[in-house]
Formats: sequence, C-alpha cells, structure tokens
Amino acid sequence: MTVLHSAPKYASNEGALDTLSKALGDHLICAEETHGELLFTVKRDSIEDVLRLLRDEHDYQQLMEIAGVDYPDRSERFECVYMLLSLTKNHRVMVKLSTDEATPVPTVTTLWPVAGWLEREIFDMYGVLFDGNTDLRRILTDYGFEGHPFRKDFPLTGYTELRYSEEEKRVVYEPVELAQDFRTFDFESPWEGSNYVLPGDEKAEQPPQVDKPKVTENAKDTGAGKKAEEKAAKGTPADPPAMVNKKEDKS
Amino acid sequence: MSGLQLEQSPTTKGDGEISNYTLNFGPQHPAAHGVLRMVMELDGEIVERIDPHVGLLHRGTEKLIEYKTYLQALPYFDRLDYCSPLAQEYSYVLAIEKLLNVEVPERAQYLRVLFAELTRICNHMLNIGAHVMDVGAMTPNLWVFELREDCLNFFERASGARMHSAWFRPGGVHQDVPLKLLTDIGDWVDNRLPELFGDAMSLVIDNRIFKQRNVDIAIVSKDDAVKWGFSGPLIRAAGIPWDLRKSQPYDVYDRMDFEIPVGTNSDCYDRFMIRVEEVKQSARIIKQCLAEMPEGPIASDDKKVSPPKRAEMKQSMEALIHHFKLYTEGFHVPAGAVYVATESPKGEFGVYLVSDGSNKPYRCKIRPTAFSHLQAMDMMCKGHQLADATAILGAIDVVFGECDR
Repeated sequence: MTVLHSAPKYASNEGALDTLSKALGDHLICAEETHGELLFTVKRDSIEDVLRLLRDEHDYQQLMEIAGVDYPDRSERFECVYMLLSLTKNHRVMVKLSTDEATPVPTVTTLWPVAGWLEREIFDMYGVLFDGNTDLRRILTDYGFEGHPFRKDFPLTGYTELRYSEEEKRVVYEPVELAQDFRTFDFESPWEGSNYVLPGDEKAEQPPQVDKPKVTENAKDTGAGKKAEEKAAKGTPADPPAMVNKKEDKS
Repeated sequence: MSGLQLEQSPTTKGDGEISNYTLNFGPQHPAAHGVLRMVMELDGEIVERIDPHVGLLHRGTEKLIEYKTYLQALPYFDRLDYCSPLAQEYSYVLAIEKLLNVEVPERAQYLRVLFAELTRICNHMLNIGAHVMDVGAMTPNLWVFELREDCLNFFERASGARMHSAWFRPGGVHQDVPLKLLTDIGDWVDNRLPELFGDAMSLVIDNRIFKQRNVDIAIVSKDDAVKWGFSGPLIRAAGIPWDLRKSQPYDVYDRMDFEIPVGTNSDCYDRFMIRVEEVKQSARIIKQCLAEMPEGPIASDDKKVSPPKRAEMKQSMEALIHHFKLYTEGFHVPAGAVYVATESPKGEFGVYLVSDGSNKPYRCKIRPTAFSHLQAMDMMCKGHQLADATAILGAIDVVFGECDR
C-alpha cells in the first residue's frame, strides 16, 4: 500500500520485524506490522524480560506510554500496550500483552521509573493489577472512588454525582439522577455497518446480491427524464418566491 | 583552658521531637498552574519528598471520545491543553489520517504547520510569562500576553474561535484563510513579535534575580531525562537534541529550515531559554510557510472523509448526501491501531487510536506530556528549597486539562 498520509515518518521498519521477532524468541506470541506500525504480542509473564531486552540490546531507550484497552468479550479482557521509542535509531515499536481482572502483570518500574504513574493510571481506569509496583494507588479518579471507569461496562454517566449542599455546608455525593435519559444514537447505515435483522429478512437465506453498485456520479445515472435534467442544469432560481405570512401580528 | 566558657543552652522539652512536617501545596495555589495538589514533606525549608496528587481535573475525555464519532471527538482535543489547542488536534487528525491513509493537499499541510507554530508561540508566551511571574517578575508577563492575544486573534480570524478552534480536520483544515490574514501574520512576525518579545526578554534573560532563582535548579542528567520519559523542551534542556519535528517529520516539516536549541546545564534556566529560542525558530518556520505556501485545495478530495463545500451542496445531490452522511453517521475508519506522536509545545503529545472499523473510536488513549514530567517532580525537587518548587513547576510547563484529561 502506498503511503499517502503525512503522519510522522520515522526510520524504516524494514527488517526490524524479523530481527526483533528472532531476538524475542520464546517470549513472543505474535508479531505483525499494520498501518506501518510494529506490534509485538508477548507473554504476560515475560514482559519485563522483553522490555529489558529491547531497552538494553535494541536501543529502545524510552517508554513513552502504556495504554490499556478493554475487550469485554475476550477471556483475558484487558490489553496493555507499551509504546517504546528509540532515540538513537529513531524508531518506535509497540509491545502488547493481555490479562484479566485477577491476574497481575509484572511491573516495569524496575526498568523505567516513568512506568510508575502509567501503571497506576491503568490500575485506576481498568483495575489491572501490577505485581511489584509499590505505589499502586488511584491516580486520576476522586479520593474514595469506587469502580474502574474506563471499562466498557462502566456507564458513561457514572454512578455518583456531587454537589455543594447549602444545608450541610459541605460537598455531598448522591446517586446520578439524569433529567433526561442517557441517549446514544446509532447512526450506522442499516445497509452497511449494522447487523440487525429487519422483519421478514430472516426468511431469505442470503440477501440479494448486486453485481454493480448503483452510483449517481453524473446526471445520466439519476434516471430522471431529459426535462428534469434541463431544469436542474439551470440551477435554483435567483430569488425564490418570498414566504407569505398570513397571520398578522396583533401586538 | 581559657576563661571562655561556652554556655550550653538548656535543652527544651520539644527539641528532640521536632520532625519533618507535611505541607499541602495546592490544590488552589496560584503557582500550581491549575489544580495540582502536592503533599510536601519538608525539613525546615528543604523539600524531602513530594507526592503530587493529580486528577482533580479528570473529565474522562478518553471515555467520552469512545461515544462520539471521529469528527465529534475532535473538539475535545482543544480542551485538553487549552494553552496550545491546535497542537493537540494535530496528533489526533494525523492518527485518523494514518488509519485512513488519506492524502492531505499541500496547502493544507502548510496551513497546519503554520498554525501549529503559531500555537507554539502562543503557548510559550503563556509559559514564559507564567514562569517569570512565578519567580517574582511582573512586567514581562504583561508584555508577552499582548503577543499571546495577537496569536489568539489570528486563530479567531482563521477559525472563528479564539481558543477552541477545532480547525484541523481529518484530511486538511476546516476552511481556507483569507489572504489578508496571512499578510498580517507575516507583518506581525517581521515587526511586532521580535520587537516586543525582545524587549520583554531583555528584562529577564540577564536579570540577576531571575538567574538566582533558576540557574542550577533541578538539574536532571541525560540518563534521568531518558528514564523518566521526558520530551520536548525538558529533554532538549538535558542536552539531547530530540525534536519530533526534525527526527520524525510530519506534513511539510521536512521542508522547513530551522534549528533545535539544546541546553548544556539541564536546569530551569536552560528550559526557559530553550523556549525563548524556540519562539524565534517558530517565527522562522512561519516565515518559510508564508513564502512557500501554494494555492490549492485545503482539504482532501476524498469525498468520504472531507465534507463538501456549502456552495456545492446547493447544486449537487451527491454533495448533499455526503454532507448528511458525514455529519450524522460520520466516516468509517479501517480497523487497526496506531500511535501517532507530534511535537506539541510541551513535548511529545501522542494519540493511540484503536479502531474497530466503525464510525467511533474503540479506544483513544492520549499521551499527555505533563504526566511524565510531573511524575519526576519528586526527583527534581529533592533537596531544593520550598520556593524552588514553583520555579521547577513553571519550567515543566504543566497544564492540567492535559495532564488529567
């Protein structure tokens, strides 16, 4: 695929996938290159060894970020993605592992002190435990907050809201009360993205196939008559008829 | 033995029991640059340990983004680091463009670089002003704020909004700029900026008090800067010539001729001076952009990504449909995950965007610059005086909208 976009261009990935896959050996589950980014999925327990190897022997000196992602359908629902940056090779790689609510991930604070807060954030947001992180407190949420808000099953509105109570002269926490129900609109086109079955459709085994999708790129394709085309070609009238307001304002 | 006898002060009862005390810095403190609470353990006036409590401005931006289409999520980025809004949008639109693999027309690339650099100046004006005010100077802040105001006026003329522009769009920019705006920016960069900025900096750079408060404060070694995930002016102050605009160029940065200032001493003064020099380099880039910017379209010609012009919609049914679809359903982004980082004025601002092929991001992780820097507060403040903490914080350039997200 030719690269058309103008996103940051770092050193070429050429050969890096093979070299690093070979170096990671048994730790590696899968290595792939998508959208021009290298992604290594590794075994959870060997993350520390993997990152040490990448840091010390392959010059990925900086840990820029650890991102958590939640996939509730999977048995190991959480993913932790470590973004590494090499200042000398001018290159980036991502290292990924998966875990669930109960299984802790070995900490990498031993390799980079910056991992401390990054791990705390994932713990706070997703409830992923990090084994060996001595300071695994909540970081972004409120003091005394319960739950892990970035999990997909945590509602967007949350469970509690707070306000200043004039009677009690302090901030009080109350269950969320919405003046209007939370609404999410599914704007996905029923012809492409979605997969709900329209009544009656279940009878057909397969929807009818179309060889050539219908397009209306030019006037001919619209199927309108010649008269309509001529009219359309003239464009809209310069001054459309003014609206007549029949109701008189009596004030 | 001489007749002199040293008088022993009688030991009072409390003496042995005086121990370190703990102090709350913030969450409401004018030098905390927002809502930062630092629990400081002090030995007299010497800082022993700092535990920064962040998250007081946590709004769940990343979660909100998961419920919005790609375009609807864009304005959230203005509200992260509200001092450099366009720089945040930059990472996000580049991440979407990388997933979609759309081509951005040249004029749009120049416009984005131009306004990203204007944002850098705007951001540094605020930080430089705030930093000097944190250590006691008043006048320069008032002067550089005039320049900041000029920048905001330029944003307003381009996008209609002073701060929350939402002007960068996937595939280009929202609207073209009038020619008069470009000439005005050129005029401003040639005359007003160097004059006023030079005046303001002449009061600060060699000022005895300013130097006493900043030189040799919070020295961070190269090694530490790398380990603590520093980026932007902080890693450059440590003597590492690392700038994503140069090493990993995006848009037309590879055509720009500019230099990367690098520090020698890695203290607060170096961090400050790097920002001062970056303003001058940004002015250079702006001049080049203005000189080289071609005429042409300002958004991608991919009709499934960038909306049609309003005039077109009056005539073409196709355009009307595209407009309707783009603003209701939005565009679908191919499944995959990318991490795109750009050089925001504060450092590496990254967006990890996970798409599941639908019209909404599955996950959008934002890498704030201040998060890593603030984590190193404890390391940087250790052994310094309490008053130095404000200088160190000022030199980090932290904004809590971005840190807490």
